[in-house]
Amino acid sequence: MPTPPPLSGAIVHDEVVAARAPWIHRVNQGQTLRIVDLEGNQAVDFLMYAAEDDAERYSAQDTIAAQRNIFLREGSTLLSNEGRPMMRVSATAVAYHDTIGGACSCESNTLRYGHHTKSQHACVDNFLVANATQGRGKRDMVSNVNWFMNVPVEADGALGIVDGISAPGLYVDLEALMDVTVVVSNCPQINNPCNGFNPTPVRMIVAG
Amino acid sequence: MTSASQTADPKSARDHARAMAGMRAAAMPTLPASAARDLPPGVAGGDMLWEETIAAGGYASRQLSRGSRLRLVDLEGDACVSLLVFNAERPVERLNIADTLKVQWTGYLGEGRLLLSDMGRVLASLVEDTSEGHDGFCGASNQASNARKYGDGFNHGAHPNARDRFTLGVAKFGLGRRDIHPCLNLFKPVRVAQGGEAMVEIGPHPPGRHVTLRAEMDLIVVLANCPHVLDPRPEYGSTSVRASAWRGPVTPPDDPIRNATPEGQRAFLNVDDYYAR
Repeated sequence: MPTPPPLSGAIVHDEVVAARAPWIHRVNQGQTLRIVDLEGNQAVDFLMYAAEDDAERYSAQDTIAAQRNIFLREGSTLLSNEGRPMMRVSATAVAYHDTIGGACSCESNTLRYGHHTKSQHACVDNFLVANATQGRGKRDMVSNVNWFMNVPVEADGALGIVDGISAPGLYVDLEALMDVTVVVSNCPQINNPCNGFNPTPVRMIVAG
Repeated sequence: MTSASQTADPKSARDHARAMAGMRAAAMPTLPASAARDLPPGVAGGDMLWEETIAAGGYASRQLSRGSRLRLVDLEGDACVSLLVFNAERPVERLNIADTLKVQWTGYLGEGRLLLSDMGRVLASLVEDTSEGHDGFCGASNQASNARKYGDGFNHGAHPNARDRFTLGVAKFGLGRRDIHPCLNLFKPVRVAQGGEAMVEIGPHPPGRHVTLRAEMDLIVVLANCPHVLDPRPEYGSTSVRASAWRGPVTPPDDPIRNATPEGQRAFLNVDDYYAR
């Protein structure tokens, strides 16, 4: 397993999020959230909200437009729907991450795979459960980041979730540029390669 | 000043206001819609539901019944129509761009494609499309992005931004900032290069390009006609768009768009299931 670089500042939170589980946590400006893909190719679906005003939230489209690229890489800045910087990818051992694929849901699973998947676990349910603890609901769902997930767009427009490019122990470090509430679904999908058809745990470390 | 005021008392002010009747502007609705000046081919005036010319930088929001058609015409070739779509009956269901692209295995929408909700249903079908493509990646301009390019981005100024226009459009239906979901930009194609670069074909494009949407559910549509967020031109490049809607039948089971893909078939099945009542 590769050794990630040391985090600056004291570690204030260190938690392993179980396979298929949601996670919600505040990360203050200046702190860094490290997400570790413990077993490799585990999609980590990720939303965030400005702590002061949660109608301001991560915007995939603002982020893509500002950097003129659909992939999130080291140095990418995650923007809000008001165009303000929320977090920066300060380091990552994976070449690129996805922000166009969105989250799996019970409902979209019925389209993608058939109605037999309706009762399976899905990221949108994780987001809804986690957000409900702070009074947010379905209106607060927007396009999310998928750390460690690979969604290419081919020359003819063909788009899809394909085999991942992450590996056990690879990580992404996110420096908070404002106080944010991070909401994660450790993706429970079992019908596509976003997590190698096998949901696994991830580790969340907050430092600074 | 030698001319007497025409608005010094309420009755004079009333007469002054009433004297404006019949004035025309480049951007305005046609009422009643049956008097539409630009009837789509084969559509009788009596079937028209809406005709409105939306100005450069303008916006509109409208409720449409299941089965009705909405045609948007880029009159002068430089429109960028940013689109939000809601289930009118329960607006917490709305367009989900990520699902729309992912479920249809494509980054590029065009004729025959579907706009999908976050509940696994078809909100609308793209039944006609003469444009070169659209943009599901880059979203709406905002006040800051317009201010960087044009000096200001205020809604009340000369360079309104799409996000503020959306705020107004959704407000007319009682919705707010939390309801402004990731949007689809019509008429300004964005393609993705192999390194992930998002490249906009800003145009201007040939005038008269149009798309026609078929409402597969009762919808609220919100349109903002502002320059694309990646428009590189220093001037506020935007031209007017005409919205026309008319009555039409609910999509039958043998419709070719409905049956084009297994994912789409299931999305239509979910719509039928929703309306089973």
